[in-house]
Amino acid sequence: MNKLSIILNGIVRDNPTFVLLLGMCPTLGTTGSALTGMSMGLATMAVLICSNIVISAIKNFIPSGVRIPAYIVVIAAFVTILQMLIQAYLPAINDSLGIFIPLIVVNCIVLGRAEAFASRNSVFDSMLDGIGIGLGFSIALTLLGAVRELIGTGRIFGVALYPESYGSLVFVLAPGAFIALGFLIAIFNNLKKKES
Amino acid sequence: MLEYISIIITAIFVNNIVFAQFLGICPFLGVSKKLSSAVGMGAAVTFVMLMATTITWLLQTFVLVPCGLEYMQTIVFILVIAALVQMLEMIMKKVTPALYLSLGVFLPLITTNCAVLGVAIKVITDGLNLGQSVVYAIATAIGFTLALVIFAGVREQLELVNVPRAMRGVPIALVVAGLLAMAFMGFSGIKIG
Amino acid sequence: MVLSLGLITIVAGTLLALVYNTTKEPIDQAKLEKQTQAISEVAPEFNNQPTTEEVKFVIDGDTVNVYPAKKDGQLVGAAVKSWTKKAFSGSFSVMYGFDTDGNVTGYAVLAHEETPGLGAKMDIWFKDPVNTERSVIGLNPDVNNMTVSKDGGEVDAITAATISSRAFLDALSRAHNAFKQYKEQN
Repeated sequence: MNKLSIILNGIVRDNPTFVLLLGMCPTLGTTGSALTGMSMGLATMAVLICSNIVISAIKNFIPSGVRIPAYIVVIAAFVTILQMLIQAYLPAINDSLGIFIPLIVVNCIVLGRAEAFASRNSVFDSMLDGIGIGLGFSIALTLLGAVRELIGTGRIFGVALYPESYGSLVFVLAPGAFIALGFLIAIFNNLKKKES
Repeated sequence: MLEYISIIITAIFVNNIVFAQFLGICPFLGVSKKLSSAVGMGAAVTFVMLMATTITWLLQTFVLVPCGLEYMQTIVFILVIAALVQMLEMIMKKVTPALYLSLGVFLPLITTNCAVLGVAIKVITDGLNLGQSVVYAIATAIGFTLALVIFAGVREQLELVNVPRAMRGVPIALVVAGLLAMAFMGFSGIKIG
Repeated sequence: MVLSLGLITIVAGTLLALVYNTTKEPIDQAKLEKQTQAISEVAPEFNNQPTTEEVKFVIDGDTVNVYPAKKDGQLVGAAVKSWTKKAFSGSFSVMYGFDTDGNVTGYAVLAHEETPGLGAKMDIWFKDPVNTERSVIGLNPDVNNMTVSKDGGEVDAITAATISSRAFLDALSRAHNAFKQYKEQN
């Protein structure tokens, strides 16, 4: 397989948010602003790359009966390491993402890629898959965060584009998360259909 | 007593796990096409959430904290949940095959239901005691079931209407969920005691 | 089977212990820094270490922390970490600053779950330098009637967030009580 196409696959054809519909909890829960959405996406990407590399490297030593628990231990270890690093060096991000950092463990994307890709492919390809899927997830979260922040408060990444009082606050709140994501998926579906 | 009632009302309505905290969205979208399976999933989650929260609370308080191993929290909790689900599956298969037939398909999905791990971690970070944690876990699970059942009811009706092609399936379901979340916002600010 | 799973767990555990030990100090450091930053933001200018002179008071069944601010050994005021349980979404905690007379010198919201765009505006609302009828800076709970104008007080509540505003003032009065108790003891 072409190396570049592995990365592109993750961003477009297998986009975890818009196509596979995985990892919905952080997608909705951390996209109140473009910045928090992006930090969540990058945090997940870091775990995804590390766990894909390690699982692909040790795949031949794990008996298939304990495959899933073994993957979970590897993923949980990386999540905890990431959590401690964020607490130590980026405390502001820790505050804004809160419980969603430890919950990367149960993000179906990470376990799903371990099972579907890393356990069957070489270490290098698994790393590329981690980068691709991670980028796809980060882009989706940043986009959703930007849309919600713009409609809700008139800002993107904190830069004001129009006065806040014209914004529709509901898009920053819980209902807006569901509605904005619904329309983004519809638009993505439509674009993909036109292309093919 | 008042304190427990307050926990229950808050967990079911005010801070509903699906509509306000965004946890357990995957099963919420995945298993809500039919009302009967929504009830089944709700029951399975209630059971696992109660067991998991009790066991992880005890482990955290009497094993991890005294040994200074708090950093193993995530690994231990997720393994407990995975083992619990596996055990439950085996026991149900042997003891109550009828119940297994109706709930069995949902069990593997629960391991990656972030609501279960979310509640287990949240009762620790909020510093609840064992009684409060158990009540909180049950109430949260009831809130989850309620959200799932309401949503499944709406989606069954949605099958019958003509939705614009691009919006069919998940997009329109998400918009419906948004409207339900708006309805649940009406509960916010409610206080007892 | 069990062996390989056990092996993975042991390796993972050792790795975690390693990272835990290296990040423990920076994590504590980051927490302390956040605390110190909030204190220097709200309290009058000081040159002691308020976090090391922390005094705790139990008011209404929970702890309020007083961090005395001293300049050249002389008390100039304090930062007080207070809380409220009357908030829209349960509770939040705020660091308030006082001078020795008990006038409010500043505040910093430490943690809250109030509605974004409404109650969350308290971050800046009550220290607005333009709309002074909102501001609590310079007021003294002993002298001024520090309730929202809807309740007959002197402070304008946040638009559409009266509950959050009342909760903010509730935490403020608790902080002020703690500071008075501290002054009586010293």
